[in-house]
Amino acid sequence: MIFPALFFYLFAAVLIGSGVMVIASRNPVHSVLFLILAFVNASGLFVLLGAEFLAMILIVVYVGAVAVLFLFVIMMLDVDFAELREGFLEYLPFGLLIGGIFLAELIAVALGWAISPNISSAVGSPIPANVSNTEAIGLVLYTKYIHYFQIAGMVLLVAMIGAIVLTLRHKVNVKRQNIAAQNARKKATAMDVRKVASGQGLRDSDAAEWVQ
Amino acid sequence: MNGILQDYLPLVVFIGIAAVIGLALLIAPFIVAFQQPDAEKLSAYECGFNAFDDARMKFDVRFYLVAILFIIFDLEVAFLFPWAVAFGKLGAVGFWSMMVFLAVLTIGFAYEWKKGALEWD
Repeated sequence: MIFPALFFYLFAAVLIGSGVMVIASRNPVHSVLFLILAFVNASGLFVLLGAEFLAMILIVVYVGAVAVLFLFVIMMLDVDFAELREGFLEYLPFGLLIGGIFLAELIAVALGWAISPNISSAVGSPIPANVSNTEAIGLVLYTKYIHYFQIAGMVLLVAMIGAIVLTLRHKVNVKRQNIAAQNARKKATAMDVRKVASGQGLRDSDAAEWVQ
Repeated sequence: MNGILQDYLPLVVFIGIAAVIGLALLIAPFIVAFQQPDAEKLSAYECGFNAFDDARMKFDVRFYLVAILFIIFDLEVAFLFPWAVAFGKLGAVGFWSMMVFLAVLTIGFAYEWKKGALEWD
């Protein structure tokens, strides 16, 4: 079948192209949209590899949630393009230094990297036959790789607490609904029946009791 | 391998039809529609004034908090899927490992509730 190879090259080409566009496009919002395209194509590559679960999780989590978060962040940044370009020359040497270090590392990795000849035996958990992809992950993730799983839970906890600590700022003097207090309110605490003398009404001294 | 990929054939057909319809809707106006471009048609109209400033504005940071809390619980649910599929074969260790995972995240949930992060103001 030629189709898997065809789709591989399609996905890979669009993935690399949109990856380039993420860093090349001028508008950060367009960058995020290209990032979403890159995620979708990466998920197509996962499907071609047979990793269906990862492909669907990539769509659900990365496209559905992470990219939306990036969009939020970029919209919050209040991007001013003129201001962005102002510091260009100022940061250029520093950026070149860091970029050069990364480039040197990448070249070193590319030159020194060789695929081990017995790589197939190094694969920790081959997918058993007649078991679906999701089930194969489930069979090892919660028992054999329990440490990584629990560490993932801790990382999520830290992320949750960190986000709350960093960004939660309550306004002062906001009246909130206290549902328990509302439900605990009884007729006796809420109502007061008075005998009003005819033609006199209630006196001002009573009024202090009503308002509280 | 090919068995898995054949399951995705309807998806390919679906995406192909969606692409054709989408492109047709994008391209058809250029061919069919009457065009008389004018710079004024694209300019911002703000009650007769020129636009005062950019349409971009800072978002409230609370949107970000809601989004990141959503992502965390989204991931929690993502971890539940393989567990549920393989549930019958996992045994006690797999069951309790998920329970510990859920307990850890429930601590975070209780913290978030107590801090009022789920309330808007």
